[in-house]
Parts: sequence; C-alpha cells; structure tokens
Amino acid sequence: MIVGTPKVTTLADLFAVAYQIEAEAVERYDLLADQMVTHNNPELVAVFRDLSRAEAIHRDEIRRQAGDIDVIAHAQRMAKWQRGESPEAANLDEAHYLMTPWHALQLALAAEHRALAFFKSVTETTKDSAIKRLAEEFVEEEAEHVNLVHRLMRKYPRPTGDWSDDPDSPVSQE
Amino acid sequence: MSVVEMHAPFKPGDYKSDVKPIWCPGCGDYHVLMSFTRAFAELAVPPEDVVVVSGIGCSSRIPAYMNCYGFHGVHGRSLALAAGLKVTRPELTVVVASGDGDGYSIGGNHFLHACRRNIDMTYVVMDNHIYGMTKGQPSPTTEPEFDTALSPGGTGLRPFHPLVIALASGANFIARCFSGEPNQTAAVLVEAIRHPGFSFVEILSPCVTFRPDEREWKNLVHPAPVSATSDPAKAARRLMTDDGFNIGVLYRGDRKPYQPPVGQGCADLTELERDFEL
Repeated sequence: MIVGTPKVTTLADLFAVAYQIEAEAVERYDLLADQMVTHNNPELVAVFRDLSRAEAIHRDEIRRQAGDIDVIAHAQRMAKWQRGESPEAANLDEAHYLMTPWHALQLALAAEHRALAFFKSVTETTKDSAIKRLAEEFVEEEAEHVNLVHRLMRKYPRPTGDWSDDPDSPVSQE
Repeated sequence: MSVVEMHAPFKPGDYKSDVKPIWCPGCGDYHVLMSFTRAFAELAVPPEDVVVVSGIGCSSRIPAYMNCYGFHGVHGRSLALAAGLKVTRPELTVVVASGDGDGYSIGGNHFLHACRRNIDMTYVVMDNHIYGMTKGQPSPTTEPEFDTALSPGGTGLRPFHPLVIALASGANFIARCFSGEPNQTAAVLVEAIRHPGFSFVEILSPCVTFRPDEREWKNLVHPAPVSATSDPAKAARRLMTDDGFNIGVLYRGDRKPYQPPVGQGCADLTELERDFEL
C-alpha cells in the first residue's frame, strides 16, 4: 500500500492528509537547510529555515483545527502518494550546493502549486459539503502561500547564468 | 490491509539517526536513505533486529544515518561481513549497502559468490556509474564513451551488467529501482527483504556532482513492460535486451537459501581465547 493516492472520504481523512502534507514540507525544508549548512551556503540555510517555519505554522494550525482526531496515526494509515512523496515536499533532485534563494523559491513555488492542485482536486471530486468547505479553506491558504512565494521572489531576482560556476570546482578531473 | 495498518509500531523516522548526511545536495542517496527507513517501517521490524552493512564510498555512509545496527566495513568486503553475520544470527534482517565501485569492482568477486551461496539477505547497490567519493573516475558501469581527463576519449570498455551477472551467479531475486521514486523503491525493498535467499536490488542513484547528466535519469526510467518471471532462461533473455532503465522486480527465483547449521559456539570468552591461542 505504499504506492497510491490517498482517498479522502471523511473530514478526518482530509485533516490527516493536510497535516501530512505540511509535516513533510517542514521535514523537507529542514533537510535542505541541513544540506546547505554542510555545504556552507548560509543564505540558503536562512531561506529554507524560513520556509520550514512557515509550513510548521500551517501544520500546527491544522493539528489544532483537527481537535481530537489523531492526525499523525490516521495519516500513517491512509496518506500514501502516487509520485512517491506528498505534494508539498520540495523536490530534492533539484538541489545544488551553489543554488541561490531564487532557486529555493522556485522549488517552494512548485511545491505550493502541487499542494494547491491536490486540494482543488478534493473540492472538485467530493460530494460531502463539509469536506468541500474544509478543502476550499486549504485551497485559499495554499493560494496565499503561492502569493507569498511570488512576493519573496521580488526580493531575490533570477541569478545570472553563471550562478553554478565554482572557482574551486569539485569536478577536478574534467 | 497493509502491514503498516496491522502493526504500525514504527515510523520511518524511528530508523533515522541524528547524524546529518554529508552527501551533495541533489544526490540520489538521500532518497535511498528514505526508502530504507520507509521499508523497515513497512516491515515493522524493530531497529534492534536490523543490521545494515556497507563497504566504502558515498553510498556506504548509509549505516551512519540509520538508527539500527550498522557495520561500515572494508572496501568491497561488505558481502563477506554480512554473510558471516547472517549465517550465525539468522534471525536478524541483514541488508547490505554498496555502490557500483565498491560492489562491482573491488567487491566483484564477493558479489558472484554471494549470489551463488544464496544466503537470505538483501544486497542494495546504489549505482551512479562513477566513483563519486574519489572525484569521478570511471567505474565498472560507466559508459565506454564517458570522456574526462581521467579517461580521455572514454574508457572504450564494455560496462559490467550487474543484473545479468546476478542472475547467472544464482541470485534469487533481482530488481532495479530509481532513487527518485522513494516509495516505489521502498515497496521493492520490502519485497526483496521478504523474499527468501539472496535478493539483489540495483538502485539508479544519480551523482549530480560528477555526472550532472544523470539528472536526466528521471525522464529515462520507466516501469518494466512485463511482470517478473521465475524462469531464469526467460529472465536472462529479458535482462540481455534490457535498456538499463526498466524499473521494477525483474526476477523472483525459488532456490532454497543456504543456511548452515548454527553451532553451539563458545560458552565464554576464555574458551574463545583458547581456540585462537597461537
């Protein structure tokens, strides 16, 4: 049952999936921040930690909203994803040790769009009005996150084409 | 109902240590680590019953990042260590981690005989077609035309075909995975660990630093068009015509695993010391 898409048929399912989406996003940004600590890229460490904190706020808010529902245990039982990971987990493959904040925000933007698309699909497919209302709330929040990332990108313009040039390249044999 | 639903006593995070990986950002081995922890959680095997044995190389750092027993051994000798462990402690889940240099070159001979012996353990090779840790020398699976200062004009050598070798040597389970699909890889690892005998899982795991071209692998991999076979002749034909990017379980054999009778062993250290006295 590892491979598969979670089926949202109850409010508890939706809370659990939403919680897991945010929790995995936090975990992923922390992993990327740790990678950048190792590779001495402090500017990126700060960006990934900020993204992690933003997702953690959302994660904790979902847990509070869920009340008595044990979202962690419930998610472990039912939240399985087709593409191998939950949609808001930033793509690890795209990381580079010299990446810039602009690249980090591109990763975040793609992740937010995937999460937005997921919650939209719930609103479009559910027949349960309570699930639809909650999913619409999540859509609004994800749309706000997309806008936030766009605003941050104004602060960090696209780097020039030589951003990955390293005067002391690890590829010493080429 | 899945195994996780029935037991669910462990989460993937329970198998992760506090040591932060030092792989390059973008390295496929991060995903392999996730697949390991997800597979063990799915199997619901207690961390104290799991041993991950490795050799030398980027991939072989993996035991340090896991919360279970680990042995970061000698270059190319991980299978020999693991075989000794498994025959004396058959109740443990033994997984061996290696790379294409450690596993197919330095440890090539052990690979053949581990397949032949068919001891019940799982061998995972993170194949990036390069020696990454030592800065980009061609490995046994590097393409002949891979042109660098260390191999001007390419090596011109036919690459090693690990899946064909594994089949010919007697491996009882053969699969190929892609690191960028961590849940699919975890599912294959679960099956490999459960399958009796020697299971061999090759994971294509890009080295984004010395082989940036391997970032394209995510667009090249595809599910194997046919389901796994238990017929070695059929499997051989498939593997010989394989494009190197078929993902999934390719062979499930039914050979009986090798398990010698476990002796009584020494009752105490004094007895052991006496046995080894010169």
